[in-house]
Amino acid sequence: MTNARARNLPLLLLAALIVSIQVVLSAMKADFYLTQLTMSAWYTLVALGLCLLMGYAGQVSMGHAGFFAIGGYTAAVISTAGAAPWLSIPTAVLVTAAVSLLVGIPVLRLKGHYLAMATLAFGFIVSRIILGTTLFGQADGISDIPAYKLFAGLAISGRRTFRIQNFYIAWGVVLAGLGLALNLVRSRTGRALRAIHGDEEAAASVGIDVARHKLAVFVLSAVYAGLAGACLAHFNAGIGPSEGGIMKSVRYVALVAAGGMANLWGTLAASAILTFLSLRGAFGLFDDAVFGGILVAIMLFAPEGVFSVLQRKRKTP
Amino acid sequence: MSGGALLCVRDLHHWFGGLHVINGVEFNCESGAIRAVIGPNGAGKTTLFNLVAGTLCPTSGAIELQGKPIQGLPPHKIAALGISRTFQSTRLFPGMTVLENVMVGHHLAEHGGFLRDMGGRLFNSRQENRMRRQCMEILDGLGVADLAEQQARDLPFGRQRVVELARALASGPRLLLLDEPACGLNPSETEEMALRIAGLRGRGVTVLIVEHDMSLVMGISDRVVVLSYGRVIAEGTPREVQANDEVVSVYLGAGDA
Repeated sequence: MTNARARNLPLLLLAALIVSIQVVLSAMKADFYLTQLTMSAWYTLVALGLCLLMGYAGQVSMGHAGFFAIGGYTAAVISTAGAAPWLSIPTAVLVTAAVSLLVGIPVLRLKGHYLAMATLAFGFIVSRIILGTTLFGQADGISDIPAYKLFAGLAISGRRTFRIQNFYIAWGVVLAGLGLALNLVRSRTGRALRAIHGDEEAAASVGIDVARHKLAVFVLSAVYAGLAGACLAHFNAGIGPSEGGIMKSVRYVALVAAGGMANLWGTLAASAILTFLSLRGAFGLFDDAVFGGILVAIMLFAPEGVFSVLQRKRKTP
Repeated sequence: MSGGALLCVRDLHHWFGGLHVINGVEFNCESGAIRAVIGPNGAGKTTLFNLVAGTLCPTSGAIELQGKPIQGLPPHKIAALGISRTFQSTRLFPGMTVLENVMVGHHLAEHGGFLRDMGGRLFNSRQENRMRRQCMEILDGLGVADLAEQQARDLPFGRQRVVELARALASGPRLLLLDEPACGLNPSETEEMALRIAGLRGRGVTVLIVEHDMSLVMGISDRVVVLSYGRVIAEGTPREVQANDEVVSVYLGAGDA
């Protein structure tokens, strides 16, 4: 019992932090920040999914923006077509899952650098298809995406009156995504994923079906990305080709690396903070360069992530 | 073949390019016995081992577990049939504690997929507790329960060997394959390891040891197979094998072999 409470306490504290951020910002009449915080939440969901795949299972994906874009564009096409608007997000998630399954089966036979290159190529393909297809609006993207109506008057929408509820919807989904991911990594399946990361041959020797586990976590992390893409497309009322670009994929990898790879909390913190700063324009014209720089710096100076370095500093005075 | 054989290896051949590393090897592992495969370096011991464990697929021949052919199956399926193994240069999972390593070894004893495990303790707390308890019992049985919460890779090599043995036992194998369990151990650790392996006899586990070091094998094995250049050159009890002229010449390099 106490164990279960200790496990859930950090999640409750995060929920409290989310509420207090909203209360303080609203009281300060600065709730325009909530818009970027909401967007940052949806990007953070992608980073959490990638953290499971890359940090825990050890399978690098340099094409996660591709899955984000597949989710976003599927939602955009369906909801602007007019018929059955509620189908947009569920279909987006299913399409992303299906594509990741088809891509994952051949690609996950590769390891290390080869897997990174294959997923990078997948990202390129998605990006070029978007730019070359009129259905996806080519370089202009798709705009005028309607709000996605949920229930009880709630909707995923970027309009001002929906600002506060969307902040809670987005961070609520992130909180749920984090909770599910934390459960997973602390379970039998999670141990199997970490074992695969450590030594595939040894994992197989105790009966773990390595190929099946890799594929499942690949699809799961793509679903996180696809859901985030669909929701952000509705929130922004539009989506453009840069969302599926290589620079976005590199950014997600940088966020997971900065968070400490096999560290869901670290990834959440790194992503929430850095993405928010980026969206506020803190990095100016050098936005993509900053994330590239972060990736290089982390690999050189803190391969275990920023937070574990800070922790070590504190332990050894 | 014989009624009590758990594992039958029949007319097994394996080629690496133009090299005939396993050349018509045949032997049985009797149920509940400790069977050793010895031979000088390059005799094909580790290849034979990898063929049984599924890491390699034999060029021809049969490997049967209780009469069912298993040659060419992938390692995780072979593990599911009840064969587990250790590695020559211990391969514990990094970043995991001793207990977690053993719990990975216990993977096959339980079921459940991604969706249920994402549901967390609400759905899998009994399973988690059961796994934890049973793996602690395995560690306790090997006398290393006190190491449970330590990082496995930080342990001294001799201890890592024991943890790897625990991980292999955690899948509840019928046949346990030990790849040079004495490799890298000092004499007292080797003796300790020999006692641990001999102690498995009562647990219904059949053991197949591949070993370079004669001292470990001769004391605890029921029967020994001697390989040289991919062929079986002798088979019998440790005493018989030790008295065999060809074995002596292979090991001591006498000129008349």
